[in-house]
Amino acid sequence: MHGRPRKAPTEEEQEASVVKGAKLRSIQAKFFQFHHTNTYTKEALEVNAKLLEMNPEFITGWNYRKLAVQYHLEAAQSDEDSIKSILDEELKVVESALMTNFKSYGAWHHRKWVLNMGHSSTDRELFLLKKFQKLDARNFHAWNYRRFVTALKNIPDEEELQYTTDMIYENFSNYSAWHNRSVLLSRLLKEEVEGYYPKEKVLTEEFEFVRNALFTDPDDQSGWFYHLWLLDQTVKLEHLLVSSWPPNGSNVNVSDYCALSPSLSSISRTLPLILCFSEAVGGINSSTVSVVCESNMDSNLTWTPISVDKSGFARTWLTYLTFSSEPMHPSRNYLVKVSIANSEGIISSAGFCCSNPSHMAFTVCLPSSNTEFDEGPDIERIDWSEENFSSNQLHSENLGLINSFNELTISGGNKKTYETNAKIIADEIAYCRELLSEMDCKIGKLTLARLLLAYDALSSASRGVQDQNMFQYKEILELYHDLMKLDPPHFQYYKDQYSLVFLKQELANEESLLKYCYQYRDSTSLSNNSLCLCLRGLSLSQIGCIEQLLWVQMLDLSNNGIRSIEGLESLQLLCCLNLSNNKICSFSALEPLRLLKSLKVLDISHNEIGAHPIDTRRYLCASPLSHASDWKREEFVVSGPEMTIYWDAFSIFSGLNLRQLSVTGNPIADKKFKLFLCKLLPAMKWLDDEKLR
Amino acid sequence: MTYMAAEEDEGPPRIEPTSFDLIVVGTGLPESIIAAAAASAGKTVLQINPDPYYHSPFASLSPKDLISFLHLHSATTSDHDYTDFRTVDSPTDQTTDSSFNILPLSTRPLYSSVEVHVYSPEKVLDDSLQKEFNLDLAGPRVLFCADPMVDLIVDVDVQNCMSFMSVDTSYCIYDECQKGKGGGLLWNSVPGSRNAIFRDRSLSLKEKNQLMRFFKLLQAHYHSNSKSSTTTSNEEDDENNSSMKITPEDLETPFVEFLTCKIRLSPKLTSIILYAITMADYEQDNVEACKKDIVKTKVGIDRLMLYHKSVGRFRGATGAMLYPIYGQGELAHFFCRRAAIMGGISITQMPVVGLLVDKDVGNYKGVKLVTGQELFSHHLILAPTFVIPPGLTTPSVSPQDVYYDFVQQDAREKVVRGICITDNSFKPDVANCLVFYTPKSLCPDQMTSVRIFQLSSNVRACPSGMFVVYLSTICGDVVQGKRSINAAKEALFSTSVSGNSEDNSRDPLRENTVVKVKPTLLWSTLYIQELIMGGFDCVSSTPMPDGNLQYSHVVDAALKLFQKMYPDDEFFPKKMPWWNEVVENGACLSEG
Repeated sequence: MHGRPRKAPTEEEQEASVVKGAKLRSIQAKFFQFHHTNTYTKEALEVNAKLLEMNPEFITGWNYRKLAVQYHLEAAQSDEDSIKSILDEELKVVESALMTNFKSYGAWHHRKWVLNMGHSSTDRELFLLKKFQKLDARNFHAWNYRRFVTALKNIPDEEELQYTTDMIYENFSNYSAWHNRSVLLSRLLKEEVEGYYPKEKVLTEEFEFVRNALFTDPDDQSGWFYHLWLLDQTVKLEHLLVSSWPPNGSNVNVSDYCALSPSLSSISRTLPLILCFSEAVGGINSSTVSVVCESNMDSNLTWTPISVDKSGFARTWLTYLTFSSEPMHPSRNYLVKVSIANSEGIISSAGFCCSNPSHMAFTVCLPSSNTEFDEGPDIERIDWSEENFSSNQLHSENLGLINSFNELTISGGNKKTYETNAKIIADEIAYCRELLSEMDCKIGKLTLARLLLAYDALSSASRGVQDQNMFQYKEILELYHDLMKLDPPHFQYYKDQYSLVFLKQELANEESLLKYCYQYRDSTSLSNNSLCLCLRGLSLSQIGCIEQLLWVQMLDLSNNGIRSIEGLESLQLLCCLNLSNNKICSFSALEPLRLLKSLKVLDISHNEIGAHPIDTRRYLCASPLSHASDWKREEFVVSGPEMTIYWDAFSIFSGLNLRQLSVTGNPIADKKFKLFLCKLLPAMKWLDDEKLR
Repeated sequence: MTYMAAEEDEGPPRIEPTSFDLIVVGTGLPESIIAAAAASAGKTVLQINPDPYYHSPFASLSPKDLISFLHLHSATTSDHDYTDFRTVDSPTDQTTDSSFNILPLSTRPLYSSVEVHVYSPEKVLDDSLQKEFNLDLAGPRVLFCADPMVDLIVDVDVQNCMSFMSVDTSYCIYDECQKGKGGGLLWNSVPGSRNAIFRDRSLSLKEKNQLMRFFKLLQAHYHSNSKSSTTTSNEEDDENNSSMKITPEDLETPFVEFLTCKIRLSPKLTSIILYAITMADYEQDNVEACKKDIVKTKVGIDRLMLYHKSVGRFRGATGAMLYPIYGQGELAHFFCRRAAIMGGISITQMPVVGLLVDKDVGNYKGVKLVTGQELFSHHLILAPTFVIPPGLTTPSVSPQDVYYDFVQQDAREKVVRGICITDNSFKPDVANCLVFYTPKSLCPDQMTSVRIFQLSSNVRACPSGMFVVYLSTICGDVVQGKRSINAAKEALFSTSVSGNSEDNSRDPLRENTVVKVKPTLLWSTLYIQELIMGGFDCVSSTPMPDGNLQYSHVVDAALKLFQKMYPDDEFFPKKMPWWNEVVENGACLSEG
């Protein structure tokens, strides 16, 4: 069934297909006549059966049969015998259709529909499946149907697992069998069925099983897919909270951050609180997260998921702490305690419950009076040229703010489990190295890189701290480097992974992080903190390690190869962003910017926006339009004919309050576009080099 | 059509007509194939069975018949003519036509040192049981699904008469102690296919990887060879495979060297491939011992490819090998029948007493039967039991066309064969299986590998509840060959139900199995078979079964003899209308 070249039809075959087509058309015409007159006689059903046998893909035909069955069942009322004979006839029709094409969606669906009525015996189904799976062991229709039948017949998962083992022994190049194995095992592990507990034991056995396939034929992908699934099961960390801003143990001067409040009102005692999780979570609210302050603070907090979609799940959650009254002691620092997952309710997008509470605390210094924040007219244009940045003379207080999370110990998760799993991964690493010593194998190298990364995560989790140093990061980088050369078609993927690992190493460690921190010459043009994280010219293709960067207000990512800024939305304090000289090729790639409400200065010059007439990203990622419910319809109309051309730019910029924007050096940035931007961003003072008002 | 004796009143039956294109004396497998091929090519053929036992030395017989046959043809008793055991009234040395001389036809011994051990006579020798046994004289022997013998059957077996059973599995017993690894004798199943490698429990992961890569290399090698012969293959492909090529120089090196040095397979895998897949006889890494039988890489990979092509050729055949139900004799019988269908005449139990030779020139003219009748033919094929009488000349055959051997073999070489009837299988749940003892795994002076084939009642080898086990090894020294076979018997079986537990150290079954009790011997025999070669001369003769596991030499010999006799005729012409259909339904070789 697989890997068979299609031959051009011979003349005879072509003739035969013409004859068949004519026959099909005449039957089809007859069928439609019956269908349109709602005729469900025996003759009509026979015509339909013949039609479906010839062309099982004809969905209307199946729908007609369903109507006919319903019609006849009504007539049969509750006479068991006639119900059975009606339904048996349907099963027969499906069978003969499947003989013609056993990959017909309509036919399999019809069979399920009939069986779901519960009047038919299911004994024949497994026999039928055996026949189809003999014809093509990987046919996913049959495997799908098998899951349906086994659920109907209440066949225990263990039995089905044995069946997948048998099928894999017959031919291990069977994606469907491996997949069904993962489905069954997930259930068995979750329910802790006897013999499938503890999970570590099962994982070890499964790794051993699939290892035989990997070593026998490393070029066969099916085993690697299962291996990847196993790896995923092994590295699942139970703790979800990764970092926060303000960081644990830090001291924050609230007045420094008043410009970041949601509305530019005079409320100067507002402080953002950001929580960053290891994966997208939902259910963050004032009952799952408690925030207690010594000083008077509005405890009725509204948590917002920072996410481009509306699923209610996000890696990063934001709220604003409002200290309502005058502080009793202006110079005093007040303690704020945050407890996460006090009560159940935090759920990861994978359906995983976070039940391990984490605690953190920081102190705030409240201003004695309402110092008005004013964006004076004397504010200067931010100039990103290198000479304006000097290597840092960091104040110790800043250091505390950068150090986002290193101090916080992870209380959650079973350390012992992590230790066992780390050992499993260590074994896998050894086997992977053995395989690679035998032969050069791309997927083996990729897997080794993934295993090493997983090992780092697990071993640091088992020690209860987030590690500052990755042990094998050099090797991981080398592996990805090799892969880029070995496997050019997937260059971009390896490059992305390379960037993530590189950033993880460079940014997770305080010492090396400081190497990338620079002081902007003139702090007056910035509201407060003029410390810039400068990741310029590192040939990054995407950014990661975002949880370490929650503090960043000024970020220079210029002169890289960035195509996507996914994850950047977590940097809720970000004011100034330099993305110039990268490879961003559409506005939709800038979608995370929509969520950065504090962003004032943006440089996207010298990218590739507008270079490609078709924005392929839109097909890969969800369209911005699908999440655009916060658009105001009026705005849309008012903006006139440019809207039809620049709607995607509009979707990014309309919600931002930019002061300075550079777009030059992009194919899209012509005069017309600049005019459009001026109209769209009335508060903008500089567009490219031009001062506007 | 079997010619039966007619006209009882008028003494000995007469055969009509009296002149043929070809007379075949013998109903062994090569004789039968030639008879069928010649008949299919439109020749007039007479096939004579001179012996009371059909299809010998490829016959399948009952225990009693087998022993009498062996004695009849063994060195001590067979120094005489057929007329000695079949008294016929009219043995005349005179020919009716004075232009011919008669050269008397004598036989030679085929077997020697026949030993028989009966442990449970009631279970084996009871007369009522005899017809339930089909013991092969030339065992162990199997068909590879893709070998020429099977091709021939697929081509010829129009009516789907033959049925086969798959050989479930094979094991290679390899002495790890000897290779300095420690661990003793291990039963390694022979992983001949991708999934067998995956399933295997005894190979290390590294070995699995190495073996599969080697198999892939072979496939790429054959693929590129077949491609370059049909089209000039595209260069890109060649570049990709350049690192993965077997060079012409490699093909000429010893296979063992290629496997260990070039492919860097482990000693265990090398042994499995050499002795259980390519079926090497002599110890390959012992230069002294295998001077004459060094398997070259070219031969080795050809045999490996045959193995690979065999796996999965027929739906329903689980492994690479097949065995005919009712025994090997069925194969010869099948071709005899084919000859008859195509118009050949066959007469049974009719000894031939002499050859008719032209008085003037001295060349072959015909045969004289024990009945005194003289029959004439252009060509004569004789079974290996007959000695071609000296004094024949061959004016029609130029000296360079004369040839004797099909496979170069040492003249002193013989095959030691053993047949055992046991009460149980070596391995639970395994009915039909092969076992290979690599050289020196049984005893230090075991020079050649010992091949063992266990069959159950599902191929009608024996009554249910019993197993038949064939053993064989090639040997230059008969004593040493017998010692190897006896050592294998000792390692595998016990002679009584109780006495089996002392010899634990050499018990091969202790690994990978739950069986603790060795099968018990009910009956056994051991005999030495001569390796008589065939040849083409004034009269041609067919070879004895060789020491190999396959039938390739039989097909080869039959084909060569046929082509020498009829250079312009096709060996089993394939243009018959039914042919395509049969090949498509290759499953006509459906196992039982």
